[in-house]
Amino acid sequence: MAHDHEVPELLDDIKTPALKPGSMGHLAPYPATEKHMKPLGFPDARVPDWEKRAVEKMGEMLKKYRSLQVYMDICVKCGACTDKCHYFLGTGDPNNMPVQRAELMRSVYRRYFTVGGRMFPGLVKARDFDEETLKQWFTYYHQCSQCRRCSVFCPYGIDTAEISMAAREIMDAIGVGHKYTAEIVNKVHDIGNNLGIPKPALSGTLQFLEDDMLENTGHEIKLPLDQEGAEVLLITPSADFFSEPHIQSLMGYAKVFHQAGISYTISSYASEAANFGMFIGSFEQKKKIAKRVAEQARALKVKRIVVGECGHAWRVAYSFWNTLNGPFDYLDPRYPVPQHICEFTHDLMQKGALTFDKEANDAYVVTMHDSCNVARASRMGSHPGGQFTIPRDLIRATCNHFVDMDEDTIHEKTLCCGGGGGLLTDELMDLRIKGAMPRVTALKRVMDEHKVNFLALICAICKAQFNKILPMYGIPMDTVGGVHQLVSNAIQLGTNKGIV
Amino acid sequence: MLTFLTYAVLVVFVAGFVWKIALYARSPAPLLIPTTPAPVTYLGVKMRLMREVVFFESLFKADKLLWALGYAFHVTMLLVLIRHIRYFFETMPPYFEEYQIIGKLAGFAMVGALALLMARRILIDRVRHISSIADHLILLLFLGIGGSGLLMDYALRPDIIAIKRAMTTLWTSPEAALSVTGPGDVLFILHLIMVAVLLLIIPFSKLMHMDGIFFSPSRNQVDNPREKRHINPWNRD
Repeated sequence: MAHDHEVPELLDDIKTPALKPGSMGHLAPYPATEKHMKPLGFPDARVPDWEKRAVEKMGEMLKKYRSLQVYMDICVKCGACTDKCHYFLGTGDPNNMPVQRAELMRSVYRRYFTVGGRMFPGLVKARDFDEETLKQWFTYYHQCSQCRRCSVFCPYGIDTAEISMAAREIMDAIGVGHKYTAEIVNKVHDIGNNLGIPKPALSGTLQFLEDDMLENTGHEIKLPLDQEGAEVLLITPSADFFSEPHIQSLMGYAKVFHQAGISYTISSYASEAANFGMFIGSFEQKKKIAKRVAEQARALKVKRIVVGECGHAWRVAYSFWNTLNGPFDYLDPRYPVPQHICEFTHDLMQKGALTFDKEANDAYVVTMHDSCNVARASRMGSHPGGQFTIPRDLIRATCNHFVDMDEDTIHEKTLCCGGGGGLLTDELMDLRIKGAMPRVTALKRVMDEHKVNFLALICAICKAQFNKILPMYGIPMDTVGGVHQLVSNAIQLGTNKGIV
Repeated sequence: MLTFLTYAVLVVFVAGFVWKIALYARSPAPLLIPTTPAPVTYLGVKMRLMREVVFFESLFKADKLLWALGYAFHVTMLLVLIRHIRYFFETMPPYFEEYQIIGKLAGFAMVGALALLMARRILIDRVRHISSIADHLILLLFLGIGGSGLLMDYALRPDIIAIKRAMTTLWTSPEAALSVTGPGDVLFILHLIMVAVLLLIIPFSKLMHMDGIFFSPSRNQVDNPREKRHINPWNRD
């Protein structure tokens, strides 16, 4: 598989490429079929009057989203964003420059919703919503990982993620959907998680991991499932139950709970932190998916909700849950709802409830990749930027060797892994490889200069993407791991138990 | 005739501007989407917007050359506009005389910055690619306004006494007529027409960025979703 794809050569630094118009025009995702569209309430095939319907839908969206209305109007096309998108840096396709990606929609907006575009379409670059436009939308709005890097640099904060979400919702409304994301949203509704793991399989896996940890540590560390009356409901991406290296972090969370003496439970009904409703831009789907969590928090009578390592899931949980299914007044008001697992562990660490042996991670020189949705769409702790310092504090507390990558590629300027936004699907592999290039370039540099051999992550999508992509760039797969994997290695079990 | 047109343009400009502000203000914001790290208090958000408007903070992060040119253009335009106050009032405080030199220098700097911005739009392939004819025309319009202003100052002087009389009495005596006696006066009318065109397109073009920035949810929202429940106006439960 890897050999089918051309892997870009890594340079010393991230260079802005020359324009290669149309170079990614061939790469659209697989369209969703009736089977996946219908249950989500979308038309099962392209509707007959789709041109008209799409424009109507756009009109509805403009009235519902201030972001869309303002972002359609005020771009001055200054070009500040043109060299900021990892997909543009990796492909050179001008439609992957944020402003040009937005122009695909803006040109249609101008045609139907502005005086200038109705009267002088040629002058202001306005275009009809036709077959060619739809093809470009489907292609290039599925080459945006909604990472918001462009919005950091835009003088007006124009957020292409908002625009690509709106575009996907408009396309869904005319029956043109994306198979991968639609399929996954269906799985959550049907089974409770993105991977489609039914309860017996989940329970078997957790049992297996408990046995594994008992054998390796000598401690009875539990991964409780559907346990009513537990203190904490742990909501984590389902990849944590089945994928490597995700599973290592899951064991890290379990050890933290065990060591702190705080009872917790996983829910089989809400066995998913991820919320692909965000990727397809649908408020209703976002709400419906997140509702499972609120329902389980009540049903299991927990007092707190803690969310595992997952980027966009944390955005939805932190920024949207309260709006979607709040208020959470039935939970313990002394703790924020929800709480990130890094905040949770950090808190315990500061209270002295955890002891770490840093030497356990001495084989590693660690760097950290800030996941886009955590970095630019959420927070941890009480201060702005806690999403950067808290995970790094955990790494420093559990490792002796830590070094950051180039400052233009971390914190709010972090580069996407290349697989976010619902693009973590094999047919988009070429895009994923090229889109990862800027991040891999920065990583390779600290590998060469500081002998870095561990890339610490707090996102299930980043983990899966890098696990697949890094080897193509000649970087070993086991470089990839979670922050709680490092916690898991260093935590000293059986000491100071129960300080909370 | 000119008076009537000027009034008509002003009406369209003000009405269009107010309409757009009302449109933005009334559009709902269903979810909290500030680009983080974001301020956690309202005061912090005000400071963030102030830094964007006064210093172009985000643009500075993005592109230093573009920031320098864009900033120079906006600041000098403001200085030039301040200098124009004297054309609208019979008498000016004496210290305003001192300001003349600043206003004049700003005029040259503004036209220079515009020329460089135009060159940038043409020379950098990425920026050329995203530009429409309208993007170039707007820059040309500004260049025309600035250029004609400089010409009137240094080469073809119009009858400034007559202009000032017309301007200061626009409110009370719309009959005050402009006499066209030389090339300078033609230049002035051209200057005025270009300004009118600019005012006309502001509400209907990207020039609305001047008020849109205040309504941009990624910049004007407080990052406090856990502390305070944000309600979606079209989905309240």
